Amino acid sequence: MQYFAKQYDVAVIGAGHAGIEAGLAAARLGCSTIVFTINLDWIGNMPCNPSIGGTSKGHLVREIDALGGEMGKAADKTEIQSRMLNRGKGPAVHSLRAQIDRREYSKYMKHALEKQENLDVKQAEIVDLTRDSEGLWHLTTRLEAEYTAKCVVLATGTFLGGRIYIGDVSYESGPDGMFPATALSAALYKLEIPLRRFKTGTPARVNRRSIDFSVLEVQKGDEATVPFSFDTETPPENKADCYIAYTNEETKRVILENIHTSPLYSGKIHGVGPRYCPSFEDKIMRFPDKQRHQLFVEPCGLDTEELYLQGMSSSLPEAVQLKFLRTIKGLEHVEVMRTAYAIEYDCVDPLALRPSLEFLDLPGLFGAGQFNGSSGYEEAAAQGLIAGINAARRVQGKDPLILDRASSYIGTLIDDLVTKGCSDPYRMMTSRSEYRLLLRQDNADLRLTDIGREIGLVGDEKYARFVHKREQIEAERRRVLATSVPLTDELQALLVSRETSPLKSGVKLEELLKRPQLDYACLAPFDPARPDYPPEVFEQVEIELKYEGYIKRQKAQIREMRRLESKQIPEDICYDTIDGLRLEAREKLGKIRPQNVGQASRISGVSPADVSVLLIYLAKEGV
Amino acid sequence: MSTIAAISTGQAAGGIGIVRISGENALSVADRIFKSVSGLKLKELSGYRAALGTVFLEEKPVDEAIATVFRAPKSYTGEDVVELSCHGGLYVTRQVLRAALSAGAVAAEPGEFTKRAFLNGKMDLTKAEAVMSIISAQGEQAKAAALGTLDGLLYRKISGVSGELKGLAASLSAWVDYPDEEIEDLPDEKILSVLESAKTSLADLIARFDCGRAVLEGVDTAIVGKPNVGKSTLMNLLTGTEKSIVTDIAGTTRDIVEETAVVGGVVLRLCDTAGLRETEDKVESIGVARAKQKLETATLILVVFDASAPLEEQDEALFPLCKEKHAIAIVNKTDLSAKLDTKILDTVFNKVVYISAKENNGLQSLEQAIAEVLGTAAFDSSAATLMNERQLACCSAALDSVNEAHDALSAGVTRDAVQVCVDSAIESLDTLTGERATESVVNEIFSRFCVGK
Repeated sequence: MQYFAKQYDVAVIGAGHAGIEAGLAAARLGCSTIVFTINLDWIGNMPCNPSIGGTSKGHLVREIDALGGEMGKAADKTEIQSRMLNRGKGPAVHSLRAQIDRREYSKYMKHALEKQENLDVKQAEIVDLTRDSEGLWHLTTRLEAEYTAKCVVLATGTFLGGRIYIGDVSYESGPDGMFPATALSAALYKLEIPLRRFKTGTPARVNRRSIDFSVLEVQKGDEATVPFSFDTETPPENKADCYIAYTNEETKRVILENIHTSPLYSGKIHGVGPRYCPSFEDKIMRFPDKQRHQLFVEPCGLDTEELYLQGMSSSLPEAVQLKFLRTIKGLEHVEVMRTAYAIEYDCVDPLALRPSLEFLDLPGLFGAGQFNGSSGYEEAAAQGLIAGINAARRVQGKDPLILDRASSYIGTLIDDLVTKGCSDPYRMMTSRSEYRLLLRQDNADLRLTDIGREIGLVGDEKYARFVHKREQIEAERRRVLATSVPLTDELQALLVSRETSPLKSGVKLEELLKRPQLDYACLAPFDPARPDYPPEVFEQVEIELKYEGYIKRQKAQIREMRRLESKQIPEDICYDTIDGLRLEAREKLGKIRPQNVGQASRISGVSPADVSVLLIYLAKEGV
Repeated sequence: MSTIAAISTGQAAGGIGIVRISGENALSVADRIFKSVSGLKLKELSGYRAALGTVFLEEKPVDEAIATVFRAPKSYTGEDVVELSCHGGLYVTRQVLRAALSAGAVAAEPGEFTKRAFLNGKMDLTKAEAVMSIISAQGEQAKAAALGTLDGLLYRKISGVSGELKGLAASLSAWVDYPDEEIEDLPDEKILSVLESAKTSLADLIARFDCGRAVLEGVDTAIVGKPNVGKSTLMNLLTGTEKSIVTDIAGTTRDIVEETAVVGGVVLRLCDTAGLRETEDKVESIGVARAKQKLETATLILVVFDASAPLEEQDEALFPLCKEKHAIAIVNKTDLSAKLDTKILDTVFNKVVYISAKENNGLQSLEQAIAEVLGTAAFDSSAATLMNERQLACCSAALDSVNEAHDALSAGVTRDAVQVCVDSAIESLDTLTGERATESVVNEIFSRFCVGK
């Protein structure tokens, strides 16, 4: 029986990593908010890797934290192994990665939503979404309840039109055996949202008791761990190990003999799969010369024997999966608990979105996460946070928060999506950021806390702690500039042993710290007056000094970029009437409708000459 | 906005050529390359003031020039502007532009001065309409021109270099972005070798730019020597005309006589000059001064000596002026009895040629010597050549970034910084060919490496 249930400022469809951040942000900013989920028991589920972070994704988590999001705190509370990746490859690419107790994480997030003031969380499938003449959104559940909201965030993940493929078996399904959202796509088509099919996949889960660990390599967590969140004071503990195994010629043979049974290779799946996350059979077909492939055996939690086999994503029939897994040394007797599968789902072409993640043509409707064509929990959470913030700001009549490429990986991710679009699920990578020497995970707080504070997501305590840290960094910078280190035999000996040029006279401490071969630790004996600051203060000063030249240059590039970024393009611009624009540019600009000239200049098919024409047009119009 | 520079006069030979520099750093860029006779910095001049001085490229004088200073907003673009009026001839004007680019200006895009003029409110609406269509047309033109070269050798050459660098960037990125995959950790030597090969290719392209210009547009050549050694006879011989008046009276040629001739496959813009000597004759002394000036600005110098007379002070006075120049010693009048001690010439000049201009002897060896000295002998006109200053600027920027990557790695700086330098080299090369950088590296990673969960 139809009934009117309740009205909200903001409604979020989906309670995965995007939906959680969106819901929490909107509620924390004072909007009455509801989050709908198909299954209340699996809020913040990890249907793939039981881990958070990794290269560039670790950056995203820290940025989310600096802005006042939840992901970093939840990960710190529930992690079972922590590693800083890429140590030794340079501070710009250090990335934190943590193995997570999947069930604990979900419990943490469910409780976080439940506790949140202004927020309701409800198990319900949304089957219809319409917009009335006043611009109010109406959401209808499967059980015929009607809700209204001023803004809606679509964070449907792989649930939307989800279909699972395993060999020649296929059926409608969400991830991890949950129900799919089968009716909402039709409503979105009615709103003229350009949907398309993407595909992703996940490997098998196996029972710990069926693996011979004596022949696998162990991979331990770091001795000194670092938390994700700038609020977490005690470093997390390592409670579990991961293991490494290898496939072999026999594994390859099994795949090649059975490739015709793959739904991808037999043409059943039409969705576009991610390049960065190929199935194992894909790897064999695309890189036939590779002798062996690595796989990681990762625990899914502390109170379960279920293990995740990273690298073994597959959509081959169950029998073939079992056969190839059992060719692997140490997995000869492996017992599969969940079979690997490919999943196809509906998502939007993100070119239909603004940098605020609001639809260009549907005021008040926002998209986030896999729905926007991205992939990964962290990418999803980052977009969820921004969509939630901007939904709330829209309700409150404020300008949207748009982070530019120079501010963050979050800004880079969203700009890439809404400006360049994506032809396969988009994964963040450090190489996608041209400003990566500045956008480090170690300085995410310095880059973004002020913004989080201004928006209203950073509380007094967090902000005070941050300001204190920033003052210490500034004081330490002044100190190393002013501190002279006299020339002694011991210092000379250190320089020689570190293979850096000896000195002729005493120098400033700053000069020594600039040398790549030296660091704070080794200079301790020559720096007796060093104050008692936390290690991250010294880390910050040292990185800034060592990379000063490069950082300066990147800052100059950023100033240049921001000049174009500050030239706004009016909403009602009509590109067809601008003389001198080339046809391709006209079409692309009309479709993507960039917010400013900087964004316009990054659209493929818009040439520097087109940008000049646009600039002149805007100046002429007095914009 | 950035400070831009371009040649503002037509791209054809003319009396004078103007290089215009515009932007907030216009004055400091100009001060880096221009030394005024009065010793005043252009920064110290107010608007609408001019100064006489010399333009330097890599610390060598290029040309004498007049610098005119315009102060914002009272200039064409509305920004600070310096206009360097130099002697005509594309070669010299281009050298001046190169000096400006190496001092921190960036090459102006087509129509950019006008665009800035408009943006700074120096132009009215109707003009703006016209400007838009011009820019658009120029864009099309530039694109058409680029397409011509894109098919060709230059495109392949640049793509080759950027392909190598992209391969390196992709390896480094994959190594960084997929630390858990079995991706080879490139040894420093391997990275250095890719960087060095890119360095060689880019440096080669840049070096060939001048050489290519020489072949395409000709080389400023001065014929110098003391009076009556046969400079004008040589000139007439090379050009096949009787343009220079030949007598046995020393000091016959009083002004510079110019003519173009193809010698050894190279177009030489020959200048017959007044014989260099101290003279009381007012007209002749002006000619001598001009000859000396020509000696400074010419790319190639043919120094003529008289085989039938011993070396004099006037001959030796020429030696220091020929240092660090493409100079060839020509021993003329070999038909007469030899009195010249040529040993000393061998130590000063890297080429000494013996001719008898009068009897038309030794011309072939002169042609060969010219080709060798200019490097045009080895110049393969079918190889890739940079077409214009914009391409040269992109190439130089790429080379700078490659050098920076090289230095960073050698100094023990971590690879993230090396990677960023490699990326900006790729970006410069992709700007040259009109492609985009970041995406191409990402695509390269996925096509070359087996990565993923």
